[in-house]
Amino acid sequence: MPVQPAGEVAGVVADDVWRAATPRVVTALVRRYGDFDRAEEATQEALLAASVQWPRDGVPDDPKAWLVRVASRRLVDAWRSDTARLRREADDAARLPADAHVAAAADASVAEGDPEGDVIAAASGDDDTLTLLLLCCHPALTPPAQIALTLRAVGGLTTAEIARAFLVPEATMAQRISRAKARIRDEGARFEIPSAADLPARMSAVLHVLYLVFTEGHTATSGEHLHRVDLTAEAIRLARVARRLLPDDGEVAGLLALMLLTEARRPARLDAQGRLVLLAEQDRTRWDHAAIAEGVALVEDALTRTALGPYQVQAAIAAVHDEAATAADTDWPQVLALYDVLEQLTPSPVVALNRAVALAMVQGPAEGLRVVDALATDRRLARHHRLHAVRAHLLETAGDTDAAREEYALASRLATSIPEQDHLRRKAESL
Amino acid sequence: MKYLLMIYSNPRTWGHPIFLRTAEALELDDAGRAGLLADFEALLAEISDSGELVGAQALADPLTSRAVRVRDGERVVTDGPFVESKEQLAGYFVVDCATPERAEEIAARFPDARFAAVEVRPLMDGSAPDL
Repeated sequence: MPVQPAGEVAGVVADDVWRAATPRVVTALVRRYGDFDRAEEATQEALLAASVQWPRDGVPDDPKAWLVRVASRRLVDAWRSDTARLRREADDAARLPADAHVAAAADASVAEGDPEGDVIAAASGDDDTLTLLLLCCHPALTPPAQIALTLRAVGGLTTAEIARAFLVPEATMAQRISRAKARIRDEGARFEIPSAADLPARMSAVLHVLYLVFTEGHTATSGEHLHRVDLTAEAIRLARVARRLLPDDGEVAGLLALMLLTEARRPARLDAQGRLVLLAEQDRTRWDHAAIAEGVALVEDALTRTALGPYQVQAAIAAVHDEAATAADTDWPQVLALYDVLEQLTPSPVVALNRAVALAMVQGPAEGLRVVDALATDRRLARHHRLHAVRAHLLETAGDTDAAREEYALASRLATSIPEQDHLRRKAESL
Repeated sequence: MKYLLMIYSNPRTWGHPIFLRTAEALELDDAGRAGLLADFEALLAEISDSGELVGAQALADPLTSRAVRVRDGERVVTDGPFVESKEQLAGYFVVDCATPERAEEIAARFPDARFAAVEVRPLMDGSAPDL
């Protein structure tokens, strides 16, 4: 058997191992020490230590135990060395019982004399990862803060990696994360699964965060991908974790399916020059058919077995497109019916706009235009490039070339994405 | 989404923070001027703290500007701003906000918005949406 250079092998393996272990290390420390902010900070330090040591020395036999041990020491060291902080802790403790914001772990059995061993033993609960996800997506935080905290505490990404992924300075991202943690503390958020009444809304915040991470990665162009972590893969990985934790939640399955069915088209969505290719014009042989099969199976199972929700419906729409052998084979009446359902579940101008496209495919462009013109009376939407891009497309289909050209030009002027603006301008110039 | 907030001002004399150099601010009493400054500093602390502030810079007096043109291969440099107008660009902020409404809210809280204008313009990105 050929001997691989230790560093290379360890480097590749280590990255997956520590990323997967991250949430369990954080939660083990929170359970033991009751301080989410510092537990998360200490875990980051342990991850950074691992990134230096593991590629050099090899991955330890029990990576999670190694991370927990190092992180625990960092956390305890930080406490001991910072007397001012200790004093503040004492003040806080006077106001608040020590375990007031931490519910007891189901498997907690505090053994005197071996706190580290105890923390390692506790670092196994899957439920705690779900609790951590819910905490990172706490409703008191803005979506950008929820995203940053989730990617760090659950995804195991460094602040620098997250900053690069969102194209902001590291200081900006560091600020977002520390503010998010302070906010969680100020809110008195507890490290526990919310009540049954609150859980659906809290889970939908988690799914929204994973969806936003996915979209950010999916829409990034290849030039932008250089030196950035693959957010699409990260979102899919975290959605798989969520699915493992909640196998009977149809919306978790729906979101994972939506991601897989959308990502399946990635190989065909840009041409060799990096220009956008319309769904109808994509080379469907380049789609990822294994991902499509997995996504279709997931959404079909969810639709038959669980309560209906918007991610399942969006996944079902993506599935109709992905299963059509050619664009002409697309089952538009089915797409329209699904948009009708989606509009009932989550009415929004964007859904209405997409529905108008399906309506035009079924009943002709005039019907679609009627809906779009009604939507244009909304001030915000009137200045949104998507509305004008759809209107232009429908005018073009209806044969009104002059009006279509003007609409494409206006849509191009309003667009804020360089590839999309380029696409719309080329459409205007081609008519 | 990232936005460029362009701070336009019409100061009596150039200096930063520019809003304190406007006719309106100069006519206020000390408490009024201190209030403007406190509003601005609170805004700055808030957007730094939230991780929305990406970058910012104050600009020198438009008098120090040079407009550079090349015509027929010849470089022509003129002193002063490209556009002679009452209200001049005095500085900029780049913010990364969750919604366009939030960007407008931040813009409205610059004291400069009361005296001249803060222009809010989205930054373009390289994202390629599904079409």
